[in-house]
Amino acid sequence: MSLLRAPIDFADFKPVTLPLADDAAAELRAGDLIFLTGTLYTGRDQTHRRLCALLDEGRELPVDLRGQLLYYVGPSPPRPGRVIGAAGPTTSYRMDAYTPRLLDLGLKATLGKGARSLPVREAMRQHGAVYFAAFGGAGALLSQCIKAVDLVAFEDAGPEAMFRFEVCDFPAVVINDVAGRDFYEEIAAQKG
Amino acid sequence: MRIIEEAAITRAVQEMAVAAAHHLEPDILDALLAARDRETSPLAKNVLDILLKNADIASREMIPACQDTGICTVFVTLGQEVTVRGDLLAAIQEGVRSGYAEGYLRKSVCDPVTRKNTGTNVPAVIHVEVAPGEEFRIAFLPKGCGSENMSGLKMLPPSSGIPGAMDYIVETVVKAGPNPCPPLVVGVGIGGTFERAAYMAKKVLLRPVGRPSEREDVARIEAEVLARINQAGRGVLGLGGCNTALAVHVETFPTHIASLPVAVNIQCHSHRHKQVVL
Repeated sequence: MSLLRAPIDFADFKPVTLPLADDAAAELRAGDLIFLTGTLYTGRDQTHRRLCALLDEGRELPVDLRGQLLYYVGPSPPRPGRVIGAAGPTTSYRMDAYTPRLLDLGLKATLGKGARSLPVREAMRQHGAVYFAAFGGAGALLSQCIKAVDLVAFEDAGPEAMFRFEVCDFPAVVINDVAGRDFYEEIAAQKG
Repeated sequence: MRIIEEAAITRAVQEMAVAAAHHLEPDILDALLAARDRETSPLAKNVLDILLKNADIASREMIPACQDTGICTVFVTLGQEVTVRGDLLAAIQEGVRSGYAEGYLRKSVCDPVTRKNTGTNVPAVIHVEVAPGEEFRIAFLPKGCGSENMSGLKMLPPSSGIPGAMDYIVETVVKAGPNPCPPLVVGVGIGGTFERAAYMAKKVLLRPVGRPSEREDVARIEAEVLARINQAGRGVLGLGGCNTALAVHVETFPTHIASLPVAVNIQCHSHRHKQVVL
């Protein structure tokens, strides 16, 4: 079991501060390994559905998403004395139907796992937004990078509620950059 | 006639629910370690180290290995010489409910129409198979839906044959790309009927990871499909390398002369499973 505790090579990960400034976003390239530090918001299926329902009704959202990062996660409950349980990414394509609308409002970055649809990629390119992948299935390790959690909205949705996280050195990979590159596509092209 | 009490079943299921979420079994850990050793891409190797470290943290710190602690599939082997005192199915559901409540596991089950969360992670999906003798076995397979959503089933014509079946399996896995959290365990059911193929594809995930089928011709299919997936697949978490799947497990059942059902049940690298014999 000693290999389980082998040191991980984080030397190539570069620090990125949240919320993400426009010039910092523009410097990121598909394939970059990054450590996210700062404030982000969370939301998955139900939060997206409800945010868009509020927009349909012409009502205000519970938070101003301009410049923010939205992390697709439904955490497991914290044990007593802890801030959160496991909190790795969920698959992003389920949010694709809602994402262009949120990017129109000024959402700057999204964090999940798996590839995005062409309309989402096009919307990101138009708005200078970026998409990151967190390490899927590493929910225990990633929970240790989350330092504070506040409930923001939709408490009745349980694990699908919207939270605000303070994260420190949260590891991720840049998948879609502002130039329109897609790291998954580049990996697939190498495979032929 | 052997008697098993309802409370013993509930307790066993509850313990498996909590243990499965936190402690990966040696078969999947060994498969991940072997994948790490043969991995050619430095990034993928680094990610495999992260996944192994995650398993270690989960077990030591009692944080679920993945936040998606799943919808529970429970396979019961019920010997005909065994009598359960009480309600077998209710005992299992209570074990799931209490395990998820007391183990701080995520409640991920909702109504498919209203999408309202049941709040308890029940109901579990329970399959009971009757067997001769006094055996009483419960296998517990909580299934995250990042991988479950990438699964598929196709009713092929017999003219497609095994080559067509293999193409469908490879295509299903490669098309899934990074979504189901590779490296994967791929469960396959070939033959039977529509629902039997799907059942086999799920149940064969319980076979120790990488142990070949006892049928030599089926074992050859497993080996060839695995090689093709790792040739064409997108690698660890879709980030490259030679480990898209850790194993392909195929189960077969005789089928109709007009039919060739093929079901592919995709399981993520966080392959959580437990078994108990009472």
